[in-house]
Amino acid sequence: MSDKKVATSPDDRTVIGITFGNSNSSVAHTVDDKAEVIANEDGDRQIPTILSYVDGEEYYGQQAKNFLVRNPKNTAAYFRDFLGKDFKSIDPTHNHASAHPEDANGAVTFTVKDKEGEDAEPSKLSVDEVAARFFRRLVGSASDYLGKKITSAVITVPTNFSDKQKSALIAAATAADVEVLQLISEPVAAALAYDARPDTEVKDKIVVVADLGGTRSDVTVLASRSGMYTVLATAHDYEFHGAALDKVLMDHFAKEFLKKNPKSDPRENARSLAKLKLESESTKKALSIGANASFSVESLADGIDFASTINRLRYEMIARGVFEGITRLVSSVIKKAGLDVLDIDEVILSGGTSHTPRIASNLAAVFPESTAIQSPSTSATAVNPSELQARGAALQASLIEMYEAEDIDQSTHAAVTTVPHITNAIGVVSRSPSGEDVFIPIVQPETAVPTRRTVFVPAPKDGGDVLVRIVEGNTHIKVTQPAPKAAAANGGSRAAKVEDADDSDADESDSEEEEDDDEEKREKVWKIGATVAEAAIRGVKKGGKVEVTINVNADLSVIVTTREVGGKGGVRGVISA
Amino acid sequence: MISTLTIPALPEGWAAEKDFKPIGKITKDHATQRTIEPVGPHFLAHARRARHKRTFSEDDRIQAQERAKKVEENDESDISEPEDPMLLARDAKDWKNQDHYKVLGLSKFRYKATEEQIKRAHRKKVLRHHPDKRAATGKTEDDSFFKCIQKATEVLLDPVTRRQFDSVDEEAEVEPPTKKQLTKGNFYKLWGNVFKAEARFSKTHPVPLFGDNKSSKEDVEAFYNFWYNFDSWRTFEYLDEDVPDDNENRDQKRHTERKNANARKKKKVEDNARLRKLLDDCSAGDERIKRFRQEANAAKNKKRLEREAAEKKAADDAAAKKAADEAAAKEAEEKAKVDREAGKKAKEAAKTAVKKNKRVLRGSVKDANYFVAGDASAATIDAVLGDVELVQAKVDPEEIAALAAKLNGLKVADEIKAVWKEEVGRLVAAGKVKEAEIKALN
Ligand SMILES: Nc1ncnc2c1ncn2[C@@H]1O[C@H](COP(=O)(O)OP(=O)(O)O)[C@@H](O)[C@H]1O
Repeated sequence: MSDKKVATSPDDRTVIGITFGNSNSSVAHTVDDKAEVIANEDGDRQIPTILSYVDGEEYYGQQAKNFLVRNPKNTAAYFRDFLGKDFKSIDPTHNHASAHPEDANGAVTFTVKDKEGEDAEPSKLSVDEVAARFFRRLVGSASDYLGKKITSAVITVPTNFSDKQKSALIAAATAADVEVLQLISEPVAAALAYDARPDTEVKDKIVVVADLGGTRSDVTVLASRSGMYTVLATAHDYEFHGAALDKVLMDHFAKEFLKKNPKSDPRENARSLAKLKLESESTKKALSIGANASFSVESLADGIDFASTINRLRYEMIARGVFEGITRLVSSVIKKAGLDVLDIDEVILSGGTSHTPRIASNLAAVFPESTAIQSPSTSATAVNPSELQARGAALQASLIEMYEAEDIDQSTHAAVTTVPHITNAIGVVSRSPSGEDVFIPIVQPETAVPTRRTVFVPAPKDGGDVLVRIVEGNTHIKVTQPAPKAAAANGGSRAAKVEDADDSDADESDSEEEEDDDEEKREKVWKIGATVAEAAIRGVKKGGKVEVTINVNADLSVIVTTREVGGKGGVRGVISA
Repeated sequence: MISTLTIPALPEGWAAEKDFKPIGKITKDHATQRTIEPVGPHFLAHARRARHKRTFSEDDRIQAQERAKKVEENDESDISEPEDPMLLARDAKDWKNQDHYKVLGLSKFRYKATEEQIKRAHRKKVLRHHPDKRAATGKTEDDSFFKCIQKATEVLLDPVTRRQFDSVDEEAEVEPPTKKQLTKGNFYKLWGNVFKAEARFSKTHPVPLFGDNKSSKEDVEAFYNFWYNFDSWRTFEYLDEDVPDDNENRDQKRHTERKNANARKKKKVEDNARLRKLLDDCSAGDERIKRFRQEANAAKNKKRLEREAAEKKAADDAAAKKAADEAAAKEAEEKAKVDREAGKKAKEAAKTAVKKNKRVLRGSVKDANYFVAGDASAATIDAVLGDVELVQAKVDPEEIAALAAKLNGLKVADEIKAVWKEEVGRLVAAGKVKEAEIKALN
């Protein structure tokens, strides 16, 4: 892999973070350790991943996107996901309204007229070439902005990018004269963008990153332990995404248009369709901010202008299927990770579609109050979801820019990244005021080892000799059923159901709502597992505290150190692996 | 919360070398070799520690990667089903009648297919059948089957329409077994499959299983109970004959809607009846129910018989006791009678003996001529007989008999007198008779 890379000496580097999306790309750099997304010459921070050729002139980004109406055949869009793939295994769905991917002995190509002149021969551009050209533009405009040539970048990739796709991406960047310092996972970049904010304390947590883009939605469950991330589960969805929301609005406005102009369906003509799509997308974006949005297209179909408005409520109703699909997708990944919504500490909404308030509020409804939902509409401190990945990449770039390429390569090596993770939590047994044994976690499950964690627990009021019992622990979900009164009523009506055929749909939704009212209560509780070790701390002072430190070594042996806070000595013991 | 929790006091008698006691080990699970993301400042610190200026070879990399737990599945779907040419030739306009699962190659899964499976199947079909791809490879641009694929996905990815389709998915139905099938045995498997399929319509889960001939009475009862009260989400919208369309006027629309609602209701009633019949048929042939009934009957009978036996035994016992008592009473009575009679006889015999003996006693003094020579005077006789009377009155019959025995055969007056004298002496000595009372026999 590394043979193709261009290596720049650390001293000569100017680095950026790049997110190279299937719909949009973005570039960020760091200023005083803070990541900032760079606007291109058009003032865009989200730059459509599109190239368009008109009269031998190359356009990229939003300008190229606008050419989807007048010049679709010479416009290449949605090609990122084709890198490193055979023609056989690509999905051309989103390319229908632009240059179609073609099969060149298995390789994916686009045929576009990229040279000037009426009768200039169209060129067959491989997807690698298209990507390289796009990179050149993207990085070029960032170089212009920074006033110096960008040499190197960290680029984000989906978690399911294969080695082949990665190689192709590196090759494309290399062809654009960009040294790829590292490829990092998109959801991890998003998590880093949050966690690297100043004053953010490092906490052990389980994070769900929902990356909702234009043509795909990728959801990842991450364990974050001591600021290190482990992917626990992922799902990739190609059904519920931004384009599906565009489609909902396209159909809505097409029908509105048809009511007035029954003979002109804007969906049946390529140019009308392209206009319909562009305007639907901007109406959709406007609905993320306002309660109302307008839709207005000159000469939508058959020369007829069309203007309309839609309010958010209506939009949320017609788009319900997509919104709910996204919620189900998120739930399914948590289940895949063997976790419960109660295990999730934070949900990071990333990607353009994550601006949609309803998606965030639907998710908030699924998670407990204690789960932080990071999205513009649910949190005042949320980072712009469209910028998360580029920022994360920029932060990573600034972290590693001083290292030799070889050094980076060795450090990101599987031999370094593959480490044992403990299965169960390790903790100490405490006593509640009512005399019950309660588990206090010290090291959370799914923590990479070696690791070291400390907790402080008060001794009994009067001090004295205390027992530090180190045990394994596990969580389970405790479900408390609602008051039995309601249940009895339900049971009664249920018994009569088979006979009761009149039971109309309206009744049914009613009874469902009733059931919602007395929802069962679910809570996460720790269960004390096997004892690992016991230690005694003697003569603890009145009102004293006990400090317990657990070191788990790479071989899963454990060192327990415990003492009275402020006291001398203490106990140290080793549990062999 | 933690502040209210405290470290417990050391139990009495706890002791360990250096106050530390290792007891177990932490759970080792080889599956938890995971890949940490090489991102962020904390990873950098980790990498520094892990590497120690070491350089890893490609081999190290491969080995480490193989150990790591995989979280990414292959994007390629493992679902594969040959495509039926008839299916490929379908007209998308007729989507209502298409088998959506078959179109996506999910015939084997149907209502059991997960949402993820549907998505993967869809993607697989798109990769193969997208019209732009077909065109690019020089195949026909006919996108009819592609539209079928899109429609199938649309229906199956919306939980509401998917239920509507699943409600009427004939391919998922399991017909109740015929009599002929049942004659071959397999009753439990055949009916079990029927209910397993019907269970897809259940609003509540888990649905009790049909079980087999070893199922307990409680389980079988719970099963039938559940199913006779089945709460089904099955709906029949999918079979609506007319779909109201936006262009119709309100009245027309309302009319169509009403017609549809009635048709659905009717189908729902029929479906409930169908399920009921299914249950009736199944339970009618369910040997377990018969057996439980027989067992219940047998148990009831057994109880009855036991009760009857107990009652009979009690009656018998009472009768026997009564008879025994009566016999005993009778016997006692008879014995008493015999005794009485024997007593009477003995008494009479004794009386006779006494009489006889008294006669001997009296005879003896007469034989001894009242112990005088010549004719005894009346006074003498009186005196002697008076003494005899006195002695007789003072002694019991045995003594009389003994006395009689001594006297019997004696003819000599003196001998007789001696006997009497001895007797009188004895009685005087015993205090029974006073010296003075005796007049002649002293
Ligand atoms: N403010 C917004 N509200 C709703 N949708 C948005 C907004 N901004 C961008 N989007 C949508 O997000 C999608 C692009 O997301 P992005 O993360 O850039 O995509 P990708 O990861 O596919 O490159 C598009 O469908 C776009 O319409």
